[in-house]
Amino acid sequence: MDLSILWYLVPSVIMFVCGVYGFITRKNMVAILISLELMLNSADLNFVIFNRFLFPGSMEGMVFTLFAIAIAAAETALAIAIIINIYRSIGSTEVTETNKLKH
Amino acid sequence: MDYSQFGAMLPELIVLGIFLLVFLVDTFSGAAGKKILTPMTAVLTLLATVAIWIVPSCGEAVFGGMYVSDTATRAMKCILSVGFFLVVLQAHEWVESEVMAVRKGEFLELLLVTLFGMYLMISARHFLLFIIGLESASLPLAALVAFNKHKYESHEAAIKYILTAVFSSAILLMGLSFVYAFSGGSLYFNDIALSVTQGEMSGLLLVALAFVMAGLGFKLSLVPFHLWTADVYEGAPTSVTAYLSVLSKGAAAFAFFIIFVQCFGAVYSDAWEWMAYAVIIATITVGNLFAMRQKNMKRFMAFSSVSQAGYIVLGVMAGNGLGLTSMMFYIFVYVVSNLGAFAVISTIEDKTGKISMTDYNGLHVTNPWLSFAMTLAMFSLAGIPPFAGFFSKILIFTSVTSTGSMALYMLVLVALINTIISLYYYLLVVKAMWISADAPKVESFKSSRCMKVSLSLCVLGIVFFGLVSPIYDWLYNAVLTSFPNALAFVLQ
Repeated sequence: MDLSILWYLVPSVIMFVCGVYGFITRKNMVAILISLELMLNSADLNFVIFNRFLFPGSMEGMVFTLFAIAIAAAETALAIAIIINIYRSIGSTEVTETNKLKH
Repeated sequence: MDYSQFGAMLPELIVLGIFLLVFLVDTFSGAAGKKILTPMTAVLTLLATVAIWIVPSCGEAVFGGMYVSDTATRAMKCILSVGFFLVVLQAHEWVESEVMAVRKGEFLELLLVTLFGMYLMISARHFLLFIIGLESASLPLAALVAFNKHKYESHEAAIKYILTAVFSSAILLMGLSFVYAFSGGSLYFNDIALSVTQGEMSGLLLVALAFVMAGLGFKLSLVPFHLWTADVYEGAPTSVTAYLSVLSKGAAAFAFFIIFVQCFGAVYSDAWEWMAYAVIIATITVGNLFAMRQKNMKRFMAFSSVSQAGYIVLGVMAGNGLGLTSMMFYIFVYVVSNLGAFAVISTIEDKTGKISMTDYNGLHVTNPWLSFAMTLAMFSLAGIPPFAGFFSKILIFTSVTSTGSMALYMLVLVALINTIISLYYYLLVVKAMWISADAPKVESFKSSRCMKVSLSLCVLGIVFFGLVSPIYDWLYNAVLTSFPNALAFVLQ
């Protein structure tokens, strides 16, 4: 059976929407970070899918994905470091606890 | 490979060189070397500003057109490094303080990396390079926001900043993947411009445009993507707030212009004119309305900067060379006015720890010079003649109406009404300093020498930038050399 591009694109978009949903509803910072990873990975997946199906002759999307993965890793490392700092200060990683900056 | 292409990347190489020098001095020198770190960085950035402008670049487009170094980008880089110089001077006292003793070098290195990222972002003409620039400009900033290690607020601001920054990059990347799909497998700005043709709209293109605008809107803190601004500005160390409010905004605005006008210029009226229209009106209005009720000076400046971002993006609506020139002029004036205001805020915070607007009551009795500088900065931000802010507003309004479209006249009208609203809250600060009858809460003190120099430069800029036309001419000629047909719509 020949799988069309939709078989790949639809899961990728579902993943993106799950990421957005998780980012908005989750209360734990690490969970929020995981949702962000979902969003970033679905964007990477999109690049690979488009490259593979629409432009099989070139490699631009694949190369872009490699760079995007590296950048996403850097972002996660930084965010985890900051979360650890917050945990040391207030002993919690819930977003409901980090509400000192208001008004 | 032709290595001489790197010659065209002179501005980036200079910043990289300063970074390496600071890194080496920080690592290998003793206490004496650590003492000269900040002055050295400040002097070198000032020299770099001159060098970027006077050394001719060895080629316009290098690496297959991925990177462009023309006069417009070089002028923008000069503006950014002037701002960088002022921020380093203002940060000097805080950097030299006890708590920062071992981390002084790190602070400057991270700042230089963000400057490097902004330079790449401005010069990039390919989305891969652009994303790398954008991320290396925004990730170290999160570390800088978290720099007050012993203050909890700093960490909270940093987590808010990094989460929204990553969220916006994810949206931007998603949008770019769609752009990649319809542009025929290329991420060069020129190729995308070729494949986006007039009148041909698809759902894919609309989604892509909306996502790209949202992703960049986060960096520029346009409404409705501005929610992180106030919290981050309040929690971050004041020097970092100043940096965040002018430099990263300026670089993002320039990139916003290039991406929307150069890549997507063909579908201007079909697709993104109304998006940008709505976003600008919302940005200016919401920024103004929320600024009125702020009592904390840093939050106040945050909402003021949201509203100023709306005015900056007005230049994109014009979409021609005139728009780019006025936008760059606006950014330059905004750099000196905003940094002037932040110099006063940060020096008062450093000396007395006071940050609320009521603490400024009767400031003129104890610190007349600081009140004077703050007043000028507020007048310039509000756009009162004859200060620079007035001229930058006039020029940006003129450029928007230069296309002659009726809708844009209405946009300028809304912006004008908002200018009057903004007068109210900017003058609240002036009123607190000069008219309020309360006893002064801030005792008299002497600012450090670096702060004085920085503040005087800002005041000179506020007073003379508008009156001295060569600055506008310089920017106009720079844009004209890069894009010869200044009044034509799409810059190709």
